[in-house]
Amino acid sequence: MELQQGIFILMGLAMIIAAVLAMHVKDLISSIIAVGVVSLFASILYLLMQAPDVAMTEAAIGAGLSTLVFLYALHKTKDVEEEND
Amino acid sequence: MNITTIVHIIGFALIIIGFWGMLTQKNMIKIILGLAIVETGVQLVMVSFGFIEGRTAPILDSAVELSKVSSLIVDPVPQALVLTAIVIGVAVNALMLTFVIRLYQQKRSLSINDYKELKW
Amino acid sequence: MIKRIFSAILLLGFVFVFFIIVNNIEEATALKGVGKEYAERSGNQELGAQNIVTAIIVTYRGLDTLGEVAVLFIAATGIAVLLRRKKKKIDPGKKKRESSEILLTGSTLLAPMIIIFGIYIFLNGHLTPGGGFQGGAVIASAIMLLFLADTSYKINHNVFGWLESLSGFAYVLIGILGLVMIGADNFLDNRILSLGTFGSILSAGAIPVIYTLIGLKVGTELASILDNMKGDLE
Repeated sequence: MELQQGIFILMGLAMIIAAVLAMHVKDLISSIIAVGVVSLFASILYLLMQAPDVAMTEAAIGAGLSTLVFLYALHKTKDVEEEND
Repeated sequence: MNITTIVHIIGFALIIIGFWGMLTQKNMIKIILGLAIVETGVQLVMVSFGFIEGRTAPILDSAVELSKVSSLIVDPVPQALVLTAIVIGVAVNALMLTFVIRLYQQKRSLSINDYKELKW
Repeated sequence: MIKRIFSAILLLGFVFVFFIIVNNIEEATALKGVGKEYAERSGNQELGAQNIVTAIIVTYRGLDTLGEVAVLFIAATGIAVLLRRKKKKIDPGKKKRESSEILLTGSTLLAPMIIIFGIYIFLNGHLTPGGGFQGGAVIASAIMLLFLADTSYKINHNVFGWLESLSGFAYVLIGILGLVMIGADNFLDNRILSLGTFGSILSAGAIPVIYTLIGLKVGTELASILDNMKGDLE
């Protein structure tokens, strides 16, 4: 039991650090990747909390698709600027 | 400290970090990222409400005796709620990003300070 | 300045509320209410599904899932309308650098296997963890791989549009079949087909059929969201 709680606390610390970094870093790409890391650790926590269905969804959607959607939006808001010059 | 409390604290910390980001950041994409962090925190808290220590996942395979299911598995209802909430979450985030893209195409700026028409 | 103070007060309020909640958690020791009811009914093999989460999503709370799929559809439509593309002339001299041969061959070999894995996930939704939403997301990530590897890859909008509309239509039709064949308050009931042997692939009545339709719908919708967000990258 002690070991399991230790794993939860370690994961939680990693998630909180990644979330603070995501909000603090100036570079938008880094902060998008940091939010992806938060989602990935969340999916491991779901698995440890006996929720395999939720873990699969979070890993496929939160860490995969969502990151790409943000990156495409970032790309689109840069593209127009270059076009305008 | 039991696991439910630990996960509650992690989830609430994520919610507060996300709100802090949404309130202090100026870049609109970063505001949406803050909302994504808040969503993750809320979903973690919701799943941890259904977690019961020492029990198994709500799948009736050989590990679960059918006659006393309700004393062997964790609560399946929060899991079903969160499952749909995640899928809705990514679609709503994508819709918000689309609004940001359209706003950007009009004013060429991502800063929330340049959009003062709706300010109170 | 006032804004800063306001934000700080708001956050402190949140911290205060959460502190009270964390201090007063009563750790759950037994299932209560709805969860207990659903667990016992699944234990009696009422619906024939091994995965209780699947049983809740598809049948017990099927109407909520229909609403959720509708929200997903509205969001995808909104994105498509807002980002509708103007026909742009691409001058042939300004072509983008093509991907390498290894990347193209590898991704076209890998993508069908990922799609088959997604189909496997939603066909086994009533037995193992997984189901329509997860399988749909896996299918969308196969499309995502193709988008990333091949810059000139385009999805066939006709096929995707028809697949999405037909699966949504069939989903509602199966729900109405439950009303007709079983009873007035059995919208989306899975017992319109025989329940079969508990634990085999062809069991749990209409749950595999409904989850296949949800999987196709979610997969095509997420893929078209990705396609619209990508747009015509220069």
